[in-house]
This record gives sequence, structure tokens and C-alpha cells, in this order.
Amino acid sequence: MLLFALRRALQALGGLLALTLLVFVGVWMIGNPADALISPDASMAEREAAIRALGLDQPLWRQYLDFLGGLLQGDFGSSFVYREPVTAILASRLGASLELAFAAFVIAVGVSIPLGLYAGLRPEARLSRAAMGLSLLGVSIPQFWQGMVLIILFGIWLAILPVGGRGETATFLGITSSLFTLDGLMHLLLPALNMALLKMSLLMRVTRAAVMEVKSLDYVRFARAKGVRPHRIVTRHILGNILLPVLTVLGIEIGNLVAYAVITETVFSWPGLGRLLISSIQVLDRPVIIAYLCFTALLFILLNLIVDILYTVVDPRVRDALHAGGAK
Amino acid sequence: MTDRTGPLLQVERLNTSFETRAGTVRSVRDVSFEVGRGEVVGIVGESGSGKSVTGLSILGLIERPGRIVSGAIRFDGEDLVGMSEARMRRMRGARIAMVFQNPMMTLNPVQKIGAQIAEALTEHARLPAREVRARCIRALEAVGIPSPEARMEAYPHEFSGGMRQRIVIAAALVTEPDLIIADEPTTALDVTIQAQIIHQMRRLIDETGAGLIWISHDLATLSELADRIVVMYAGTVVETGTTAEIIGAPRHPYTRQLLASVPSANAPGRPLRQIPGMMPSLLDIGDGCPFASRCERRTEGCARPVPPAVLSETRTVRCLNLPEDRP
Repeated sequence: MLLFALRRALQALGGLLALTLLVFVGVWMIGNPADALISPDASMAEREAAIRALGLDQPLWRQYLDFLGGLLQGDFGSSFVYREPVTAILASRLGASLELAFAAFVIAVGVSIPLGLYAGLRPEARLSRAAMGLSLLGVSIPQFWQGMVLIILFGIWLAILPVGGRGETATFLGITSSLFTLDGLMHLLLPALNMALLKMSLLMRVTRAAVMEVKSLDYVRFARAKGVRPHRIVTRHILGNILLPVLTVLGIEIGNLVAYAVITETVFSWPGLGRLLISSIQVLDRPVIIAYLCFTALLFILLNLIVDILYTVVDPRVRDALHAGGAK
Repeated sequence: MTDRTGPLLQVERLNTSFETRAGTVRSVRDVSFEVGRGEVVGIVGESGSGKSVTGLSILGLIERPGRIVSGAIRFDGEDLVGMSEARMRRMRGARIAMVFQNPMMTLNPVQKIGAQIAEALTEHARLPAREVRARCIRALEAVGIPSPEARMEAYPHEFSGGMRQRIVIAAALVTEPDLIIADEPTTALDVTIQAQIIHQMRRLIDETGAGLIWISHDLATLSELADRIVVMYAGTVVETGTTAEIIGAPRHPYTRQLLASVPSANAPGRPLRQIPGMMPSLLDIGDGCPFASRCERRTEGCARPVPPAVLSETRTVRCLNLPEDRP
């Protein structure tokens, strides 16, 4: 078990290193950050001074080694643009992204799991067919377009919901969030819905497919032959066995919600990490891009770890296989 | 409880069909047989002969697009056909239990086996936890699971196939049902395990006085266990009789051919005898004798419905051109 964890950690570290190198080379190939950062009116001397101040006069391998040196001391460097430590910049944006992800997650899971369950149990019902049809739309309509439709529908025609910004925030238990004010929640609703629709459709389809597979298996039939009540068949025998595939998809999708809200945050001017990434790419603010991508990678590594642990909680077979592997 | 004198189960002219896009598949047609208390009735037939569908029909577990089209299934004097699902659920597990074919698939992989056995009890009656536990342990003991108390906490994947089938049987027996339907319960197991389970099953039936329907494609197994045998072919019952009668003096041409194809009935070193031809499709099948196309004795009358002929109190055969008594 320990060996397994150690191996996983080393793999993750190797992946992170490769990622930073890739971003360095990638940004270098796109262009010189100095061109984007320094005003074209600046004199030659001013320009050179600025380049030196950012460390961009050094050869690329030198810059990379310097970056790694800083990383060893827990320093991701400072933004070229804001001249502030990137960790502080990311932290200031994280709250907005997390609350958006959280709201979208609640909407997506709250709708998709029950609906997917129902559609799997009664595939012929009208509600099931309607839900499946809509989910097809949900997975195929581009998110930015869907976001604009939401804005037009609720923000302009009906004019009942605000369509941009985070709204009023309040601090509760040391957390500042728009989840705690009515105005904040109103602002949150549309972007959260925009992010949730795709995940909802996907999760619902996964749930439905898993339910349809499990419900025709012998152990469900045996439970019926024992005279088990229908609701217990669903909760104990079907739900318990579809958790594995659902958890897998859920883990990936939670990561996507936090890390890849770029489109929604842009469409709804949400001051989260996604918008920070876009503006940083525009000016080639390399430290921010790297720190953001490392954060994303770490997030996914962490989520995968949590999902793996949950597997062992949910399925005794996985638990025993792991123990048997650790004993060898 | 209503009628202690009559047979435990009376299946009468049962018809079960499945509606498919291609048409109606008439899986069970005009099937009748009885099971007495403490009696073991074997149903034998090839795959697709309707024997499993008959078992599921008795338990009311036919799912759409299948349905019981007509007939009666009288259990303890009460007709199960048309009984409300709520009442039927209380019958299942409590008074009629079923054991399925593949023990590797019959147990829920994420639930402890103790809970899976207990479920059969707790879903039907409010019982003190201590009693539930004691009865589960007793059931596991009865089917020969070593150290049952500790094994209650184990999950299905920790057991071999034979052990799992014993657990399934324990879950079926724990409620002390009046009737047990076992659908090829030993087919997936090793021959030595098969023999053990058959022996144990026979003993449990003798002890509890329950009726047992043992569905199998294997006449050799049935000859060891069954009191009476029902031979099914292509959805119909072609012959019924005591085990001695069916094995010793089969009358229906299909039963004879079936017995002749048993490997031990064939001379060693010679190719095994087979029944020529194939079982007809059950899709929109007619009411004539389904075996006619493969039968040496077929006549024109075989295309019309063949009523079962009652030869004696124990014996019915559905054939117009019965061969002489001795094969």
C-alpha cells in the first residue's frame, strides 16, 4: 500500500516536471513575453532594462533552471504583469472558481443522478425519453453558444437574472463567497447552469447506462426472487453497484469544473481562474500560466487519488485486490 | 394454508410469451404439471425448451416484453397468475424461493453474504436482529459452510463457485419456503461439488418437507434426485412420469432419443448418438407437435394440436403415434 502510494507520487512528480518544461518551450515558441509586456514606445535602453529585470535576457535553459531552483524553495515566481507572487494571484481567484464549480456540481449531480437512475429503470417512460433527448442536446451544443442563449433568454428577454460578475459577496466562517448573499446567488445561477448542463448530460447518460446494465444482472433478479422490496433493490443492489463507473466520471468532471471554466468565466465575466489564464496567455505571462497548469495537474492527481480511495470504500473486491498486491 | 390436502403447486395450461420486434416468441405453451409437498420434480429439456421460463413464471418474475398469456398457477390452492405484485412479492422468498444457475453472478458483489441471506428474512417479517443472525448461521451450517459465524462478514468474491452456490441455497432456504425452484443450480460446478450439493439438497428437502422443482438438462443428475420428471421440448411438456418410468421406459419419441444421446448409454469408442435436425424456432410456432420435424414416427395428424394422453395416474405423454411399451 505504501509502495503503491510512493510509486504514484513519483509518477505524479515526473508528470509535473514534464509539464513545466513543456510550458517553457511552448511559451518560447509562441513569442517573446517582452514584446507583449513592454510598451512599443519604450526606448531601447528601457526595453533592455525591463527584459533584464524579468530575467528574459538569459538563455532558455538558464531560465528554466532558475525556475526549478525557485520551485525547490516553494517559490513559483512572480507574475510578469502584476509583479506579485503568482501563488497570491491564484489564491485570490481560486474562491470565485471554487464557488462556481461547487454550484455547477450541485446542480449537475442533483439532476443527473436521479434522472439517470429513473431513465435506466424505466427506459420506455416519456420522462426518460425526453431526458435522454435533451441530454443529447446538452452534450452537443457548444458551451459558449449555450451560455449566450442563456444570457439572451434570462438576462435580456426575461430580464430576471444578472449576466455578469460575481455580485455581492459576504464572509462566513472565514470564507468570502457569493454563495452567502442573495445577490451573489443570483449572479451565480446562470454561469453555474451553463457549466452544469454539459456535465449533467454526460453524468445522466453514464448513470442510465450503468443502471440498465446492472438491473438485468442475476444478483438483481435473485434479490427480486428473495422478495426484496423495489426501493431496497434500487438502493442496495443497483445503486451500490453503479457507484464505480459514476465515481470515475465524477472525479474527472469535478476537476474539469474547477480547472476548465475558461469559456463560462469569459462569457459571464466571472473573475475566476479561467479568465486569469486567458488574459495571462494573451500577454504570455509565463509564471502565471505555469503555476495555473501545475495547480490543475495537482488538482487532477489529488482527485484521482480520492477516487481511488473511494473505490476501495465502495467495492470490497478492489480493497482485497489492493491488499493482496501490497502483500507481495 | 387454504388447502392442505391438494398438491402444493399445480401448473395448469400455462402459456408464457415474449413480444419481440420479429413477432411473438411462445416460450411456454400449454404446460401443466404438479408438485406435491416433500416431492422433487425434475424438469428436463434442452436450452430453449422453456424450462427456465416456466420457473420464472411460477415466481412472477417474467419481465416485459414477456408475459403470462393464459393458464393458472395454483400454489397452496391460490392462483398466482394475476395476483397483485405486492402480494406476489410477499410470496417470493418467503414461501417460494429460487436458486439460479450461475453462482458467480447470483450474489451482489458489494454486499456481505450475511446481509444477503438476512435480507430474505427481514424483507418479509419484523424479527429481532439476534434471531435473524442465528437463523442465517443455521442456514449456512445446513448447507455445509465451515465456520459460518465468521463467514457472515465475508463478501462473495472470497468464496469459490461451489461455496457461493451453497450460500445462494442458504439464502433460499433460510425462510423455510414451501417450494424451491432450482434452475440448473449445479451446471456451473465441478462434478464432485455437484454430487455434494445434490446430496445435501435431497437431505434438506426430506428434513423440511418442502417441494422442489429441479430444472436441468442433465437426465443423469435428475435420476439421482427427482421423484418425478417432466420432459419439455420446444416450450411444451411432451412426457411426464415417475423417474423410474421416464428413465426405464420412456414413451415419447423425444424422450427416447434424449436418453439414447446420454454418453453412458452409448458404446465406448463409437460416435455419440445425436438427435437429427434442430429444435424449431419458437417464433410464431404453431400448435402441432413441435418434435414432428425431427420425428421418425411423424404422421399427418402431428401438424394439429396433440392433447396429452393420460396413460396412468403418474404418466402422461403427448404423442399420437406412441411406440410400443419397450424401446
